[in-house]
Amino acid sequence: MQPESTAHTSRPRRPRLRLGGLGPLIGLAAVVALATILNPSFLTLGNIFNVLTRTSFIGVIAVGGTFVIIAGGIDLSVGSMAALLAGSMILFMNALSPTFGSGWLTIALGVVFVVVLGGLFGLGHGLAITKGRIEPFIVTLGTLGIFRSVLTYLSEGGAITLKLDVSDVYSHVYYGSLLGVPIPIWVFLAMAALGGLLLNRTAYGRHVQAIGSNEQVARFAALRVDREKILTYVIQGVCVAVATILYVPRLGSASPSTGLLWELEAIAAVIIGGTALKGGFGTVSGTVVGAILLSTIGNVLNLTSIISVYLNAAVQGVVIILVAFLQRGRRTQ
Amino acid sequence: MISIRFEGIGKDFGAGPVLDDVGFSVEAGEIHALVGENGAGKSTLMKILGGYLVASSGRVLLNGAPSHFRDQREAEAEGVVLIHQELNLVDDLTVADNIFLGREQRRGPFLDERAMRQEAAALLDRVGLDVDPTTRVRELIVAQKQLLEIAKALGRQARLMIMDEPTASLTPSEVERLFELIRDLNGRGVTILYISHKLAEVVALAHRVTVLRDGKYVTTVAAEQTTREQLANLMVGREIAAMFPEKRLQDAGDVLWRVHDVSVAGWAENVSFDLRRGEILGFAGLVGAGRTELFEGILGLRRRIDGHFELDGHGLRLRHPADAVGAGIVYLSEDRKGKGLHTTLRLAPNLTLMALRRYADPLLRPDRERRALERAVRDYNIRASSLDAIAGTLSGGNQQKLALAKVLHTEPRILILDEPTRGVDVGAKQEIYTLIQQLASRGLGIIVVSSELIELIGIAHRLVVMRGGRVTGRLDGDALNEPEIIAYATGVKGSHAA
Repeated sequence: MQPESTAHTSRPRRPRLRLGGLGPLIGLAAVVALATILNPSFLTLGNIFNVLTRTSFIGVIAVGGTFVIIAGGIDLSVGSMAALLAGSMILFMNALSPTFGSGWLTIALGVVFVVVLGGLFGLGHGLAITKGRIEPFIVTLGTLGIFRSVLTYLSEGGAITLKLDVSDVYSHVYYGSLLGVPIPIWVFLAMAALGGLLLNRTAYGRHVQAIGSNEQVARFAALRVDREKILTYVIQGVCVAVATILYVPRLGSASPSTGLLWELEAIAAVIIGGTALKGGFGTVSGTVVGAILLSTIGNVLNLTSIISVYLNAAVQGVVIILVAFLQRGRRTQ
Repeated sequence: MISIRFEGIGKDFGAGPVLDDVGFSVEAGEIHALVGENGAGKSTLMKILGGYLVASSGRVLLNGAPSHFRDQREAEAEGVVLIHQELNLVDDLTVADNIFLGREQRRGPFLDERAMRQEAAALLDRVGLDVDPTTRVRELIVAQKQLLEIAKALGRQARLMIMDEPTASLTPSEVERLFELIRDLNGRGVTILYISHKLAEVVALAHRVTVLRDGKYVTTVAAEQTTREQLANLMVGREIAAMFPEKRLQDAGDVLWRVHDVSVAGWAENVSFDLRRGEILGFAGLVGAGRTELFEGILGLRRRIDGHFELDGHGLRLRHPADAVGAGIVYLSEDRKGKGLHTTLRLAPNLTLMALRRYADPLLRPDRERRALERAVRDYNIRASSLDAIAGTLSGGNQQKLALAKVLHTEPRILILDEPTRGVDVGAKQEIYTLIQQLASRGLGIIVVSSELIELIGIAHRLVVMRGGRVTGRLDGDALNEPEIIAYATGVKGSHAA
């Protein structure tokens, strides 16, 4: 007999206009058009670079989040993880600088250190979730508290500051440009391109989608479900590390308020980008647009005076709910 | 007493009609059986009658008046109660809680536990179920749950009781008790609609029998004037002999796979069997005999306590499903939507999922996946609206052919098929049988787990019969017949020493 589920759930919907792919882009275009009408200085190269540079932290984190969420997981800890990684990286480089000097060697070692540490944090998440069989929400809710609290302990409640001579060199990574385009934008685009390639054009990416779409079917198809899921958290950890590498040279310090609420912005970027929160379907390009859309809203409020900039989060919230409304029922089974 | 008339009932979930212009009558006070193969539309029709589904076309007349149940509550208010095949009980609540679920008796704002317990006890007495009303349902065995469902229905003043495959997991003596109860209820004026594909039962119990096939009404016959064989032919729509390809087994090939002493906690104990090259080995048993769980355990999809394997005479370790696929052993689950296919993904990713490495160098080659899909669609006769269709939009038969193509895409040597024709129309069934036979004659070892005896008898060279997690019989040759299989499956015959 047909299982109970056929009755209500398997009715295949006529795929409606594929808003999922274009919806966020249309939204972004609308916001940009509106902003340009309100304040022509919005569409200047300088302002566009400004917006994209500020998007790069959340954007890079959200690229990793796309993998986690498509595989059916969630990582709530990324904001705290960014703070702890930033603090650890600064302490590490400060400790190395007497030996290795305050130049690029120390920074390169710091970069390697933070990427490995981020990957290890992700590995810990993945192991607790798969081998420990704890809900991802619980695991990362726990580490959200742990990471930030350890950073607060290390900083003794204040700021951890990078030594000035190292900071002077490192700051080029945030403020410098390549071919006229700020370096964070290059990094953001490179990470997004890499993520998109991994998700859409490799067996691993296909496995991630298959697991998120229906984990049981994936298990019965002999996929290494645990391993692939762990890897999504490692990717997320490495992405947070890359965001940290861009963040540290900006201010040269980390404090208990570093990366506060980044997890919500990153998850929002992924969801606005059309990825299903319950997993199975999503795109990196959508995530990129989602991240840009979110930071554009903040920028527009700054440039215009119609809505107070204090209401930034409220406007973002409206956009998130609106996008979710437009995408509801899509690909439901 | 309630009479029913179906008029031109149609139902379409979007992948072709499940029911098509079905019309017949059930007279007041009769026991009316509805038979048909898996996927014939029996359950769907009953869900429409019980208010769980709305028909796409046609109408149901209740005592001559059109009925429009919007949900099962409205149906139950009229005395129409559907007892689901996969019983609808809340395991963590008590027997009494379940009987009164949704219509709890109150005293002021609070539950009147005492009154409910008393009335529950009276209902349990009527159905002959000897358990305390405060027992948790979790602790009941399936046969008791079945009786509890009937007690629950009686508590809802059922005047028309629809029973969907109530005997799927009962032993003969339990079935006999259930039948006595059904006859007793019927004597008190309850109209019974009884769904089954066990024909012997139907002929013994019902007054009249209606046959459905592929969503269409075939005929209604008086049970006294028909035989099992006639019903079987009506269900299948052709002479059964023509359904199955000729069994060709060149003298038994050498042993391909030796499975020794497999135990799966709670499901299988010390099961051993050999599979030969080119052989189709059937696994028979009641629902819950542990066949599915046995194979899940063997493949590493479920925790296994014990078990040794030899492939071609060499030891084989099976810890993860990937080990099995690596060794050329694949398993297609009985639960197509839950475990077999990604119904939300397109056809190509489904087809290539288990063999993706062949399409990555290291980037995936969608063009090559596309060509593989074109080939598979041709080879397995998969009918889809387009090559870009979502797998879930295919009909049951075409989904199953896609699922088969997917596991065969790994080029296995051993193919384990669990209920390979569940929810599949007659045409696709025949194609699947032919495919299985072809694969066997190419030298694959094939295992077919099935609840359809007609199917097992029609296709298997040998049968292993399981009961309660143990092998109770091994049948071949003339012993491959329905009474013999049922005898071993229900414990009438066969020792537990395999």
